Amino acid sequence: MALRALANSKTLGRLYHHHHHHHTRGLQTFTLPDLSYDYGELEPAISGEIMQLHHQKHHQTYVTNYNKALEQLDDAIAKGDASTAVKLHSAINFNGGGHVNHSIFWKNLAPIREGGGEPPHGALGWAIDQHFGNMEKLIAKMNAEGAAFQGSGWVWLAVDKELKRLVVETTANQDPLVTKGASLVPLVGIDVWEHAYYLQYKNVRPDYLKNIWKVINWKYASEVYEKECP
Amino acid sequence: MASASYLTSAFVYAPESCRLSQTLQTQRRCTRKSGPARILASIDLKPPPYALNALEPHMSKETLEYHWGKHHRGYVNNLNKQIEGTELDEMSLESIISASYNKGDILPAFNNAAQVWNHEFFWESMKPGGGGKPSGELLELINRDFGSFEGLIHEFKLAATNQFGSGWAWLIYKEHKLDVPNARNPRPSEEDKKLVVVKSPNAINPLVWEYHPLLTLDVWEHAYYLDYENRRTDYISTFLNKLVSWETVSSRLEAAKVLVAEREREMEEIDAIDDMDTIEPDDADMYFGGDADDFPEDEEEE
Repeated sequence: MALRALANSKTLGRLYHHHHHHHTRGLQTFTLPDLSYDYGELEPAISGEIMQLHHQKHHQTYVTNYNKALEQLDDAIAKGDASTAVKLHSAINFNGGGHVNHSIFWKNLAPIREGGGEPPHGALGWAIDQHFGNMEKLIAKMNAEGAAFQGSGWVWLAVDKELKRLVVETTANQDPLVTKGASLVPLVGIDVWEHAYYLQYKNVRPDYLKNIWKVINWKYASEVYEKECP
Repeated sequence: MASASYLTSAFVYAPESCRLSQTLQTQRRCTRKSGPARILASIDLKPPPYALNALEPHMSKETLEYHWGKHHRGYVNNLNKQIEGTELDEMSLESIISASYNKGDILPAFNNAAQVWNHEFFWESMKPGGGGKPSGELLELINRDFGSFEGLIHEFKLAATNQFGSGWAWLIYKEHKLDVPNARNPRPSEEDKKLVVVKSPNAINPLVWEYHPLLTLDVWEHAYYLDYENRRTDYISTFLNKLVSWETVSSRLEAAKVLVAEREREMEEIDAIDDMDTIEPDDADMYFGGDADDFPEDEEEE
């Protein structure tokens, strides 16, 4: 009996060790996506200094901390430590949300010479006119909500994929858009955390909002829209 | 200036009258309202107790110019616009905060009112040549409640770092208070009153939790971005090492203790009156009085 127990524990030890290798190899780690343009190419709407800090520091930190939290979560689950697992949820939401939101944001922007600022033609353009009256009214609405937003967060143009309708929404901190509605798909997100504009626009968030439309990538937004509303 | 330049946290008990005249803030409001004429006193933009360049190189003049000159000023101007012509217009700042917090069902004026209060409290939490260590009773309580000064620093840094998004980190003095209106802590002791580190999001401050704030650090990005960019932890360390005014924290602690003691005395007086009320001679007769003759005779057993 004792021998068998000993053998079992040895086997388990080897198994655990073996399992541990698989365990770390199986865990997906996330990486900072590259931008498809240089940091300076969105000037003068958004300065190169901001783009570099925003991407290399802020977004990178979300990725690093997201991976760390996921590793800790994996560990806690393996140990059956429910209390630790639950405590990690906020770190995962903050940092995972930050990673998701910023990954969308970089695709929402494009240099002017690559179509940044060019309004959408086709289905999305038509839907905007239908729902908001025209592009100017949509921009006015998003800018008003973005400017009035207290604290850190995002303002979104989204499509409700169930109702096939465009909506303007805000989210706090790094909450992903789905926290406002499970069927909401982001088309254009504008980061209104102060780090997104402060070095250039200081406290004048409305100026940032006014200018960012010059580099909004409506081509990407249209692609997403047409996929959800074919 | 130092002893009068903080705000007490007595807003939930501070009446509109001038009974609590310890702070410059309430004094200022009181003098405006003194006399028969009702003078509309709007909220002031109070300057920091030092020049805008006095905290350099740790907090730049440029930061103060924007942070105080634009952000804090903006909250003051927007608040005054919001409260003009309303019942809030004639209240003290603390009362506006309480009323607009509305037990958590927050009303529009709260954000601006709380941010005005928070920023005043923040400027006064710092001084040129700050940092160092606290002393006296403050240090005693820190050692008691955090184990050591380093223990406090560690917790404060954690709170300030982990406040995700916009917000504030605080050192507060917490009373042990029951939430039930007609109950009392049966054996209040000095041990109940603790120093605690808390953090709050956006405009929320510990006044709404009925704590006594002693120290705060603004961790909204606008507070540090021009000087530190994304490096919030560097900003936090520099604040603690070079800027914090422990003298101000000590004064605030002293004032909080006075307030708590006053309130406890008031409660004792109220309780004493209550106790007296229940001992009325007539009532006593009803329950304890009467002679044996008042009761029917027992039937004799055969």
